[in-house]
Amino acid sequence: MSSSGPVIIAGAGQAGFQVASSLRDEGFAGDVLLIGEEPEFPYQRPPLSKAALEANHNGASVFLRPPKFFEEKKIGLQAGKKVVSIDRAGGSVTTCSGERIPYQHLVLATGTRNRTLDIPGSKTRGVFYLRTIADARGFGEQLERAKRLVIIGAGFIGMEVAATARKRSIDTTVLDIAPRPMARAITAATANFFHNFHSSLGTKIRLGVEVSEIVVENGAAAGVLLQTGERVDADLILVGIGVIANSELASEAGLAVQNGILVDEYLKTEDQNISAVGDCAAFPVRSLGNIRIESVQNATDQARCVAARLAGRVDCYTNVPWFWSDQSTIKLQIVGLVSGHDDVLVAGSPDEACFSAFCFRNGSLVGIESVNRPADHMAGRRLLRHGIPISQDQVEDFKFDVKALEAYARTAALEACP
Amino acid sequence: MPSIILIHDDGTRETLDVAVGTTIMHAVVAAGKDGIVGECGGSAMCATCHVYIDRDQEQAKSLPDVSAVEDAMLDSATAERRETSRLSCQLRVTEAFEGLEVRLPERQL
Repeated sequence: MSSSGPVIIAGAGQAGFQVASSLRDEGFAGDVLLIGEEPEFPYQRPPLSKAALEANHNGASVFLRPPKFFEEKKIGLQAGKKVVSIDRAGGSVTTCSGERIPYQHLVLATGTRNRTLDIPGSKTRGVFYLRTIADARGFGEQLERAKRLVIIGAGFIGMEVAATARKRSIDTTVLDIAPRPMARAITAATANFFHNFHSSLGTKIRLGVEVSEIVVENGAAAGVLLQTGERVDADLILVGIGVIANSELASEAGLAVQNGILVDEYLKTEDQNISAVGDCAAFPVRSLGNIRIESVQNATDQARCVAARLAGRVDCYTNVPWFWSDQSTIKLQIVGLVSGHDDVLVAGSPDEACFSAFCFRNGSLVGIESVNRPADHMAGRRLLRHGIPISQDQVEDFKFDVKALEAYARTAALEACP
Repeated sequence: MPSIILIHDDGTRETLDVAVGTTIMHAVVAAGKDGIVGECGGSAMCATCHVYIDRDQEQAKSLPDVSAVEDAMLDSATAERRETSRLSCQLRVTEAFEGLEVRLPERQL
């Protein structure tokens, strides 16, 4: 660390907040300053596409901690500010208000921003994105009155919102150029299940289609035009077509960036005094190279890892990633990284909305997607965390016996880590 | 507004007023109290809002049953699972919670 100034955390999302909070948990006594672009106290993002859109939602519960927490823990918070440049040689940052602040260590937790749709009409009133609490408030208000919702993008956000909209009987159409919903993140087996499930709720899912234009009437969005010339009417449009890492601050400071801010196994950039965590950080994973993960678990666990290092404990980051998505009555839990799998074994019953897809690569378990089968998910967390081998034959044996898999994982984990 | 009693691992007791309809997890986090993390925001996904609630208390009679999801998640909580273990994100406060004693485990992570 350089000698003077606070630990500055650029970005007050889940990762940034957790670095600050964990520094105090680790006994770090120096100054900590959290600088966040949004005017709000740090809040949780997952509910914004889920519970926060429910008609009876009490908005207060998405905040991570009450204002007095920051005072009590002596965590400086500059909300509504943004770090706009880094002077690495001088060890300082400059904020959007022109203030220059020296740092002892800088943690980049700048997150991601939405990829935007760039077609005629896409800036029209009535076209929404979902990322911030302000977005959720604005979109939630429109959802109250909406009759026909078109969602562009069948990713997690799109499908979660579709489930909420159908609960309110809003006519809902999801469009995507991909052949399956959530195609980039989950296996065909699980994606097909979700396709059928959402169809059964009455959501119209149109795949392999491209949107060429937003139809504008009276200054507001009135539908979309597909490349085929077909028009789909809407009085509300949500775009959820992925995100881009906010890595410009790092690249302008001369740090290496490649689909995210490149960090090593300790989550350090090439500059010893600068780390990066969460959605914006591209970290090394064996056999996959540097990857970026967008999840709460990744954000908070990486934040804890960096906080521990700054407090004097050094461990590299090796946590097993896991995610979840709530869509109506379905709980999807994913553990591990299933990209590049070459075999899938399905245990349980997709027809009864209770199954897990076990994904293997070269005969090794790389991840499990569980639909309403939490015991498989938790067993998977144990297996992957402790590197416990499990063969496809074993999974076949455990296929109809969740408790047997759980017991195997528990016993093996105890042996691995008594 | 019912009050619940938080009993920290070191035996310290404190009273917390909770609005009806709030989960115990949300109430503790929103009050900035230590002892519950609630990382997943209340989706029964992370098991970091684990608490112990003695079933013999009168107030505990109105607690909902442990669901299959909660049961699976409790198995992986960091602190020891006991007969009295619950995920506090699954416990929505009603008037009948007045005086409920909620014991916090040694750690959540």
